[in-house]
Amino acid sequence: MQIARVWDAIVIGGGHNGLVCAAYLARAGRKVLVLERRPILGGAAVTEEIFPGFKFSVFSYVVSLLRPEIIRDLDLPGHGLHIVPLESTFNPLPDGDYLATWADSEETRRELYRHSPRDADAMQEFGRLMQRMAMAVKPLLATEPPDPASLHPRELLAMGRIGKHFRDLGERDLHALVKLMTMSSADYLREWFESEALVAAKSASGIIGTFLGPRSPGTAYVLLHHYMGEIDGVFRAWGFARGGTGAVSESIASAARGFGAEIRTDAAVASVIVKGGRAAGVALESGEELRARTVISGLDPRRTFLELVEPADLPSDLVAAVERFRFRGSSGKVNLALSELPDFSALPGAGPHLKGAIAIAPSVDYLERAYDDAKYGDFSRRPFMDIVIPSMIDPTMAPPGKHVMSIFVQYAPYARTGGWDDRSREAFGDAVVDTLAEYAPNIRSAILHRQVITPADIEAVTGLSEGNIFQGELALSQLFFLRPAPQWADHRTPVGGYYQCGSGTHPGGGIMGASGHLAAKAILADGGR
Amino acid sequence: MTTAAVRTTPFHSRTAALVRGHTWRHWAGYVVPASYDLIHDLEYAAIRGTAGLIDVTPLFKYRIHGPAARALLDRVVTRDVARSKVGQVLYTPWCDPEGKVLDDGTVTRLAEDLFRLTSAHPNLRWLHQNAVGMDVVIEDETYDTAALSLQGPAARQILNLVADRDLTKLKFFRAAETSLGAIPATVTRTGYTGDLGYEIWVANDRAEALWDLLIAAGAPHGLQPTGLLAMDVARIEAGLILIDVDYVSARRALIERQKSSPFELGLGWTVARDKAPFVGQRALERERVAGSAWALRGLVVDWDALEELYADVGLPSQVPALPWRTSAPVYVGGRQVGYATSGCWSPLLKKSLALAHLEAPHAAPGTEVEIEVTVEHRRRRALATVAKTPFFDPERKRA
Repeated sequence: MQIARVWDAIVIGGGHNGLVCAAYLARAGRKVLVLERRPILGGAAVTEEIFPGFKFSVFSYVVSLLRPEIIRDLDLPGHGLHIVPLESTFNPLPDGDYLATWADSEETRRELYRHSPRDADAMQEFGRLMQRMAMAVKPLLATEPPDPASLHPRELLAMGRIGKHFRDLGERDLHALVKLMTMSSADYLREWFESEALVAAKSASGIIGTFLGPRSPGTAYVLLHHYMGEIDGVFRAWGFARGGTGAVSESIASAARGFGAEIRTDAAVASVIVKGGRAAGVALESGEELRARTVISGLDPRRTFLELVEPADLPSDLVAAVERFRFRGSSGKVNLALSELPDFSALPGAGPHLKGAIAIAPSVDYLERAYDDAKYGDFSRRPFMDIVIPSMIDPTMAPPGKHVMSIFVQYAPYARTGGWDDRSREAFGDAVVDTLAEYAPNIRSAILHRQVITPADIEAVTGLSEGNIFQGELALSQLFFLRPAPQWADHRTPVGGYYQCGSGTHPGGGIMGASGHLAAKAILADGGR
Repeated sequence: MTTAAVRTTPFHSRTAALVRGHTWRHWAGYVVPASYDLIHDLEYAAIRGTAGLIDVTPLFKYRIHGPAARALLDRVVTRDVARSKVGQVLYTPWCDPEGKVLDDGTVTRLAEDLFRLTSAHPNLRWLHQNAVGMDVVIEDETYDTAALSLQGPAARQILNLVADRDLTKLKFFRAAETSLGAIPATVTRTGYTGDLGYEIWVANDRAEALWDLLIAAGAPHGLQPTGLLAMDVARIEAGLILIDVDYVSARRALIERQKSSPFELGLGWTVARDKAPFVGQRALERERVAGSAWALRGLVVDWDALEELYADVGLPSQVPALPWRTSAPVYVGGRQVGYATSGCWSPLLKKSLALAHLEAPHAAPGTEVEIEVTVEHRRRRALATVAKTPFFDPERKRA
């Protein structure tokens, strides 16, 4: 008679964090099984050939700070990962001019000088201050957050270390940090710069993935997240993955398999089996049951706590906190297959500006108006866009001479008045293309295929609640020891042997892999069987 | 007094138009681009991701032919030329009578009695000295032949677009005479990057046409003019040594300890065991039996150790933006056991790499050593691990 196999660990969800977690557990000798609902791995980090010959990074489109230690530990380059840096930014402006930044800092200074000589100087000082701020905050991101309410000596010690860390910052830096924590990105930047285009361009990085506008308090802190990246800039880990973001997931999956992990696709999990307060396995939607000593959810907090397990098995304050956890997906995606490159009126031709990030964020008013539309229940008529053309760097993404364009669009509220249907989706796509055509008039005739993705589509395809790309807003009230809920920010849960490893846990956000790595550490520290 | 202009390659009209920052590097009396853009990152990314096009004209090139051509080369180099087939390319060092390396390069057998030898230093006199009484013609074609290196995963695809025959089957370290467009060329599947790649050899007067042809065909596939800085990163990842940087030619060494044998440079595999007598053979056979004092190995600098050194002074970790080639002492237990001669931050592997000469007892892969690093003007030591090279060895290189 066959005895049912008992896994050491089952990971629910083959997104990048789930795969990272599985790879580390397998590396430590655990027998690991990853279960992915979709036929392909990656969650929101997937590459799909949506139109013949054209490969889209359908959802997530840049690799933001995949941790270098993960790349090394798992030998991801040996499994095919190659990240190519995104070096420039290009913001066309309505008056026919543009604002750019380049890989070389002196070239950037010369460009800023064109707009404002004072801003060109201020940028150097601003960069230095932000770098110091990022250095101050970064150590917190690399560790499990302590619970400030706990009297356990370990937690007190950790809080003490954080307290000392901030005291050591000195008065001036501490003041700057408090401003960053409380102000809006537009107000904060206005203290530094006079050029509208520059304030707008930098404000934009404070709103990505949030349901906030550049004038909303709290967005300045998101700017700081951007500069965390600059500290790690030396790693050149921010950019395109060759083969699209799906190649990141594939390389992690390949590493996990190399360590002995098993991965099943088309295997949707219905629930976690809990026996006597402990996770004992999972039940698939197919009815199949699999046993495991440890179960890890890579899904967002809502699914992890309210759907996969019975809320009745959880403390009511946790359930309440997760119910209040804000998702509010605010962004959409338009992916284009192009017969030719966009020709921007502000800087015609196929120059190096097309190899970097291109943004439509001409003024703070523009961004705030885009937010206004969303605030009152509709997508932005003239949205903020963050554009990349991966085929410029990796021509295998499209047939020779042809191109793919990825447009991240904000705002597109999940809770759109009247909801999302085919008509509203296409109207949203039209708004994006119409806006882009104001800057690159040839875009309309260059489109061979258009894929429009609303937050409702993101939710339907990837399972991310309300289509939030970060598994929950990256807002101060939902970070660090509050992510996803007080007392449960250390990747553990009240159910024994049940862990969380998605982007909805600390530190979360982007294709970093840090949540998956920290979760694996917690599991192994617990003796993880 | 008149001063001649510095020598430029036959590709200069094309490369000079693209070098944005006057970033040139001297190489064997020529100037060639160090990088085209101010930052060389995307040129490096092309070598590993699409394809880079590198002007390697400054290599010394000799055409050796006649009934004794094979015998001359067999007398000079350590590889067994007699066993090579027409169309084969051999990478090989050659030595002085004491078995110390003079230079390294490639021998391409273009016909039974016709070879091309490439080298980093001039070797005309050395070849003539060894050819006494031999029926052989040695032609220096260094200044008549232009060369481009096409390196990267898309190299084969690009080459096939312009070649008059399918080069898909051209194996690693094999050569083919072909036409690219209407340009007669020798194509060798060789390079200095450890990636899929080819070197293309043409007469000087066809150089510009070759450049234009490759750029036009390659641009839609991501072909990128690439300078020596990017190639330097790639060759360190590939564990390929560089004369004057990683070793001193025995011809130029002033003292014995500056010299190295092939065994000491990780080139023991190139010293043929049972071939016709060659310069340095006896000394090398003795060394094979007695063992070598030194070994050239890879080092991977431990990231956490480096991070701690920077954290000590309150800084985030830094990595060198450019490949380095200053000597860095290597220690075990506080005693110096070797020195690193070049290194880089590998943008692909996310590792800090170095090539180092190590005393043989400390050269086993996996050995933990310390390498000197300068952190905020202070000399510190960071943990590093001895590693086999190449650090990066993609299947496509040979496939």
